[in-house]
Amino acid sequence: MSAASPLRRMGLVAPALVIVLALVGVPLAIMAWVSLLERGATIGVTWDSAPSFANYTRLAWEEDFDGTMLLNPTYLIIQLRSVAQAFFTTVLCVLLGLPVALWMSSLSKNQRDIAVLLITIPFWTNLLVRNYAWLIILREDGAVSHFANAVWPFGPVQLLYNDTAILIGLVYSFLPFMILPIYSGFEKFDWRLLEAAYDLGANRRQALTRVVIPLAMPGIIAGSMLVFIPSLGSFVTAAILGGGKSLMMGNLIQLQFGQSRNWPFGAALSVVLLALMMLVLVGLALWRNRQGGKI
Amino acid sequence: MTNPQSAISVQSVSKSFGRGDSAIKVLQDVAVEIGTREFFTLLGPSGCGKTTLLRLIAGFEELDSGSILIDGERVDHLPPFRRPVNTVFQNYALFPHLSVAQNVAFALEMQSLSRAEVIRRAGEALEMVRMAAFANRKPSELSGGQQQRVALARALAPRPKVLLLDEPLSALDLKLRKQMQIELKQLQAEAGITFVFVTHDQEEALTLSDRIAVMQGGRILQLDTPRAIYERPSHRFVADFIGDINLLEGKVDGGAIQLDCGASVAGNFGHAPGDRVTVAIRPERARLAKSGEGSFAAEVMHSAYLGTATLLQLRLADGREFLLRETRIGEGAAPPEKGSRVSVHLPDSALQVFAA
Repeated sequence: MSAASPLRRMGLVAPALVIVLALVGVPLAIMAWVSLLERGATIGVTWDSAPSFANYTRLAWEEDFDGTMLLNPTYLIIQLRSVAQAFFTTVLCVLLGLPVALWMSSLSKNQRDIAVLLITIPFWTNLLVRNYAWLIILREDGAVSHFANAVWPFGPVQLLYNDTAILIGLVYSFLPFMILPIYSGFEKFDWRLLEAAYDLGANRRQALTRVVIPLAMPGIIAGSMLVFIPSLGSFVTAAILGGGKSLMMGNLIQLQFGQSRNWPFGAALSVVLLALMMLVLVGLALWRNRQGGKI
Repeated sequence: MTNPQSAISVQSVSKSFGRGDSAIKVLQDVAVEIGTREFFTLLGPSGCGKTTLLRLIAGFEELDSGSILIDGERVDHLPPFRRPVNTVFQNYALFPHLSVAQNVAFALEMQSLSRAEVIRRAGEALEMVRMAAFANRKPSELSGGQQQRVALARALAPRPKVLLLDEPLSALDLKLRKQMQIELKQLQAEAGITFVFVTHDQEEALTLSDRIAVMQGGRILQLDTPRAIYERPSHRFVADFIGDINLLEGKVDGGAIQLDCGASVAGNFGHAPGDRVTVAIRPERARLAKSGEGSFAAEVMHSAYLGTATLLQLRLADGREFLLRETRIGEGAAPPEKGSRVSVHLPDSALQVFAA
């Protein structure tokens, strides 16, 4: 490769660059531009309006009739809720996915293949359909509700159309994205390291926290990104299991481009969502660098 | 039969892998007493059960029957982290996410010692293997020999009563292996603890050990000092496995053994007439016959000058090969030419006879 001139290398990379630029870069630029414009009467955007940050101001403030700006927390709450939902989804997925991945890697070769198949089977069904299935599972007179009410000592449990329902749906939807990267890390795991840990006096908990989890970290981080980012932008689960009462950013954006026909505001929300995701990615990258780039 | 002197007492231990008809008996009624501060070696070909026995002592496998005692205390029901032994693994099994110092400190931290104590003792252990300069490296940045040293330091740092070594030198090249053998022996003397060493390399076993247990098929065939095992092997397998040896088959005929190659050996060595036997002799114990000695003829196939001796590869009358290591050639006399015929003498005192 060292013999290849920079020009030649550029030539080889160019097709990919063009595709990325045309299909990602340009649409993103358009979106960012639209977020600065005003809504239109018919098509959602007034292309020749003067650019301003009005749509971003709207995220937190609204103009009163007399022109003073009042704090309007509605959208902020939705954003916060989205981040919180995505965060708890990620945490729950790690807590559930790590033991499953660990257990899978202890199976025989054939059993592992079956386990991987079982974990990927849900993908054969559309996400929408699977969320509707949860609608039925969690319904008020369903078995799960009865059970929850029987064991929960603090009054009646409402499982559907609230944040809990969305959280359950999100964890269910994204758990495979956590299990698979952790599992693929464990597949290469040298199990003698676990024996070495036991040998050196570590009990099961210490071996887990000192050896297994640190070495599973690349998989946990990869899985966390694969769970957190789509969770943050998800809208199907919130729309179905949240019953439209508990909005997430995805729903809000969808509303702006759909019923509300306010493309610029929708674009502004999308830019904010993108910025949040970038923040998480940069944070993770910095954290990894601090760990010495070893994981 | 609890011997209070034993660092490790393995009592009629059996172990099988698998269940039912497909079960493989890896260890069959193995018993061994390993003394305090002994350098004890489990030697045998792969699949003989030596590594399984080591793993049973370490606690990585559960035994089917029998018991294991360390310093008189029964440990076979204890998990590995409660046993006063540490292991040096075949491929070292250093923690890749920890530095050399953190690896060595691992066991000390598990003992919840004070931070200062951990640092001091990890430093001592690294000093002992001359790796203190590499304390902040990651294992992946070390050579094989350096990783080996770190693995040793890591296992020695918690001051175990017994150090278990599972073919620790097998991944090193010959020169480094020789060097590490010497260091191992010195380390054992310095640390003053019992070493249980597993290897398939008979030369390594002879060099290092106080005593050797030669294993085959899940049993200990012979347990003795290196010298006794080399000079007085108890089984044909042991004779064949340790060092070079010539095995000549024959039949007891009255007061002598008639060898298939035509020669005969005086004495029946306690075997009944008509028995098939194998006569074993080391290449260095056989010699070229002087006139008047009992001898048999052989053809020189190859002659190799080794400096201290000449190794002759001979062909006997029945076509079998025979190795002869002659140390007295070279004092003026030229070694026999390839293709020439020589007479071989087998001194009675050098012979071992096994039932075939």
